Amino acid sequence: MSPTPESASAPLLRTTGLRKSFGSLEVLKGIDLAVPRGRVLVLIGPSGSGKTTVLRSLNALEVPDAGVIELEGEALDFAAPASKKERQRQRETLRDASGMVFQHYNLFPHRTVLQNVTEGPIVVQGRPRAEAEAEATSLLERVGLGDKRDVYPFQLSGGQQQRVGIVRALALKPKLLLFDEPTSALDPEIVGDVLTIMKQLAEEGWTMVVVTHELGFAREVADEVLFLDGGVIVERGAPQQLLRDPRQPRTRAFLDRLLRPLD
Amino acid sequence: MDWNLVISSLGPLWGGALLGTIPLSLASFALGLVLALLLALARMSSIVPLAALARLIISIVRGTPMLVQLFVIFYGLPSIGVVLPPWPSAIIALSINVGGYAAEVIRAAILSVPAGQWEAGYTVGMSRVTTLRRVILPQAARVSVPPLSNTFISLVKDTSLAATILVTELFREAQRIAAFSNEFMLIYIEAAAIYWIICLVLSTAQGRIEKRLDRYVAHA
Repeated sequence: MSPTPESASAPLLRTTGLRKSFGSLEVLKGIDLAVPRGRVLVLIGPSGSGKTTVLRSLNALEVPDAGVIELEGEALDFAAPASKKERQRQRETLRDASGMVFQHYNLFPHRTVLQNVTEGPIVVQGRPRAEAEAEATSLLERVGLGDKRDVYPFQLSGGQQQRVGIVRALALKPKLLLFDEPTSALDPEIVGDVLTIMKQLAEEGWTMVVVTHELGFAREVADEVLFLDGGVIVERGAPQQLLRDPRQPRTRAFLDRLLRPLD
Repeated sequence: MDWNLVISSLGPLWGGALLGTIPLSLASFALGLVLALLLALARMSSIVPLAALARLIISIVRGTPMLVQLFVIFYGLPSIGVVLPPWPSAIIALSINVGGYAAEVIRAAILSVPAGQWEAGYTVGMSRVTTLRRVILPQAARVSVPPLSNTFISLVKDTSLAATILVTELFREAQRIAAFSNEFMLIYIEAAAIYWIICLVLSTAQGRIEKRLDRYVAHA
């Protein structure tokens, strides 16, 4: 399986020349990527490489300083000067299209598991409560949390909280799922549960962008892997090629450190 | 001890509490909280003049004695043509005071909610205002109950200053009875006891509210 060539159907999302600075520190120096519909893109790289900032740009949690994000053919230009209202519209377009899973779950602590999941569908999307609750319940059952719908997040383990985080994102029925190191805060024996759910989502055809250090997941699930360092994409390719036989010395060094941290 | 006086003064003193002190406290606290939230949001605003104005108001309110504020409103404003009756004057002065103090409490409470909560609100599609209302303020409320209870208890005692601008409340009743009976010690201690009882009730209520808002927090 190789990444879809450019000539295939237009990607769901494409970025061109994304740039972002925090103060004098330039963290993204021109990021070009494309996410075809139904595919899984995995971003890897050392901390500070910009991979999380790329992900957060895709739903405008970080607003790029320059570059274009194209969503289903509609171009959102962040370089051009825009009114406050126009920026607002760009943010809404991206956020309406995506759901996000956070490293630290970020569940709403004052709402029950069910309320966490239905908050978006009911309050934002204005869907009928009964329908939203029935759907949330069946999603929760799917991830093995059917009996937890009425408890508060603090009563759940980290792995359970992250599963709620995934369900909360799914309940929005987004076109694109974003994962920001979804297993980095979990105990090692729980990581597999969460990755298994993510793998199932990929098999069902969800379009996903995943920032992770789980190379096994990348190898098995990704359609394309990008290696970022210093705010640029150093190397991109199919997981088998990039993870087994990287072309760039920086990629090779990074993978070596990840696989043999004590050497 | 003059027990007859103790008993006959109970009516007017509690009357002053129920018709003066308590409604004055409730009205000023409600208005003060609204003002405090507006001041807190203005102080955190990215619009620089608005934030500066809020900072200035908070600084003046906290940096001047409430008695002076009360006198400016009731005795001072008439000289520029604004004549306010005692009750509105008292409510305005007390609300502004609550607003100035509670603004900082509310601001700190809002800032204590982790940034990830704002982001979670945004990623489920909420606007800033919706996120504030449905995600941030409910969590800020929990944190701010103890300090706001202090503000409320201070307010109840500060309402006694309204006696100086002719509002009939607990302390003014006490002054009146003390003056004609000449039993200053007895009557003022009685008044103090009634303030204390009101504040005890408030402390109990505070405990219950805290417990209710704590239901979603892990306990060690």
